[in-house]
Amino acid sequence: MIYEWLHSITGSEIAAAIIQSLLPLFIFILPFALFAVLLERKVSAHMQDRLGPMRVGYHGIFQTIADIIKLVQKEDIVATDNDKKFFDLSPILVFAGSYAAFAAIPFSGAFVGSNIDLGIVYIVAVTGLVVAGILMAGWASNNKYSLLGAMRAAAQIISYEIPSLLVIVTVIMITGTMNLFTISEWQTQYFWNWLILGGPVVGVAKFLLIPLMIVSFLIIFLSTLAEVNRTPFDIPEAESELVSGYHTEYSGMKFAMFFLAEYANMFAVSAVVSALFFGGFQSPVGYLGKLFGAAWLIPIEQFLWFTAKGLFFVFVQMWLRWTLPRFRVDQLMAFCWKYLIPFSFVILILVGLITVLL
Amino acid sequence: MRDYILKFWQGLITIIIGMRVTFRHLFVPSVTIQYPTVKPELPERERNRLYVNMDDCIGCDQCARACPVNCIDIETVKSIPGDDLGVTSNGKKKALWVTRFDIDIAKCCYCQLCVFPCPTECIYMTDVYEFAELERENLVYDFVTLTEEEKIEKKKNFEEFTIKKEAEKAAAAKKKAEEDAKKKEGGDQAGEKPLDNKE
Repeated sequence: MIYEWLHSITGSEIAAAIIQSLLPLFIFILPFALFAVLLERKVSAHMQDRLGPMRVGYHGIFQTIADIIKLVQKEDIVATDNDKKFFDLSPILVFAGSYAAFAAIPFSGAFVGSNIDLGIVYIVAVTGLVVAGILMAGWASNNKYSLLGAMRAAAQIISYEIPSLLVIVTVIMITGTMNLFTISEWQTQYFWNWLILGGPVVGVAKFLLIPLMIVSFLIIFLSTLAEVNRTPFDIPEAESELVSGYHTEYSGMKFAMFFLAEYANMFAVSAVVSALFFGGFQSPVGYLGKLFGAAWLIPIEQFLWFTAKGLFFVFVQMWLRWTLPRFRVDQLMAFCWKYLIPFSFVILILVGLITVLL
Repeated sequence: MRDYILKFWQGLITIIIGMRVTFRHLFVPSVTIQYPTVKPELPERERNRLYVNMDDCIGCDQCARACPVNCIDIETVKSIPGDDLGVTSNGKKKALWVTRFDIDIAKCCYCQLCVFPCPTECIYMTDVYEFAELERENLVYDFVTLTEEEKIEKKKNFEEFTIKKEAEKAAAAKKKAEEDAKKKEGGDQAGEKPLDNKE
């Protein structure tokens, strides 16, 4: 584990903990956000038969870095009627919420920020901070579009937490643990042992679980998509209706914080989905490290597999974004309350019966 | 209940269909052209910036008269007998010094109406379309090949020539008048004869 290694190097628990807590931010979230913004632009461009950024570096690979430089240089505009304190606080809160989620995400067998037993529930709880931050941002902006966007975001995120939590409870019933690290470990390597294909325990239950797990994967994927305000659930920041929703009034680095939080969130939910249903950091086909007897290679491979899976789901999110049009508010609520929640309830009961009876 | 599940199923299927379409487009070659480095292929009869080949221009002013927005401004000076203006490429003899040939391309509406009347085909549309300017005055293109001194010289020449001609004319007129007067004197007497003949 990286923590022990850091502890032995620095000789201080506090320093080791601080370094470890900063690791995901600097070696993962920031590079990922840089990459994901570019990926988003490239994917959207190519899906519309365009090229996307092409000027900065080879095929525009330094575009996001140039954007960051631009954002740093920009003036931080604060309108006179803004509620300054909350206006300044909300981007930090939103980012803190999405960053805190990374604490319980197992990046690889050797690195999990905090191996807490409540893992998945903790993630759901801290991402709730994002709602507070968004509502705060909308309200403090003193702008009707921002407030509308924030209200929509709050309603949407809270509604969609129900189906995602129900699916999480379903998973917890099967695995018997809330620790994401244990859940990932439990779905050992090889893809047929992943929960989407019924888990590693071979038996009648496994085959009964497969269709239920596929549907519950769809449910949690769609509801987490709604929780991070991505299209088709992007009514809180609907450009054509609300300028850009709760972050209309923000500029410069504060806006960049929202942006960073959005992309961090995208990866966080993708990571949660992959940890729950797709084996987390586990390789689908076995490890090279095991093949060659190099144990040090395994955590690196696991990290790469985890990143690949997360990126795949991020890509699917982008893919959906450029496929589906935006929901209307009533359709959004109907989709959650009339479809996702009943379906997840039925699955919850069925999985409960399966786990008890078989 | 059946309707409900059908709706759900339909939603799922249509999402997958839509995703298939967008995924296919991910690999469709893009239609974007990297503009300043790669230029779009222009159509065969494109109409862009006007150009005047002054070697062929005979200063006939037909293009200026054809222009619906009056963006062409031509001023010519007649040549004097001693001047050698050369011939155009299709063999027309030039007779006028063109001292001003301004095209205000900012006014130009690219209708190409000036191109057709030109007898020597010296005004035509080019394929240049990148001629943005910061000052509007820079869009007034001056095609005249004569230098300022030459222009002044040609004008002066023509003025002198006209003065000379006027003088000659006046002299000739005077002479003629004198002759006429002389004729009249002789004619009065002879004038009655034809009248008699007519009778």
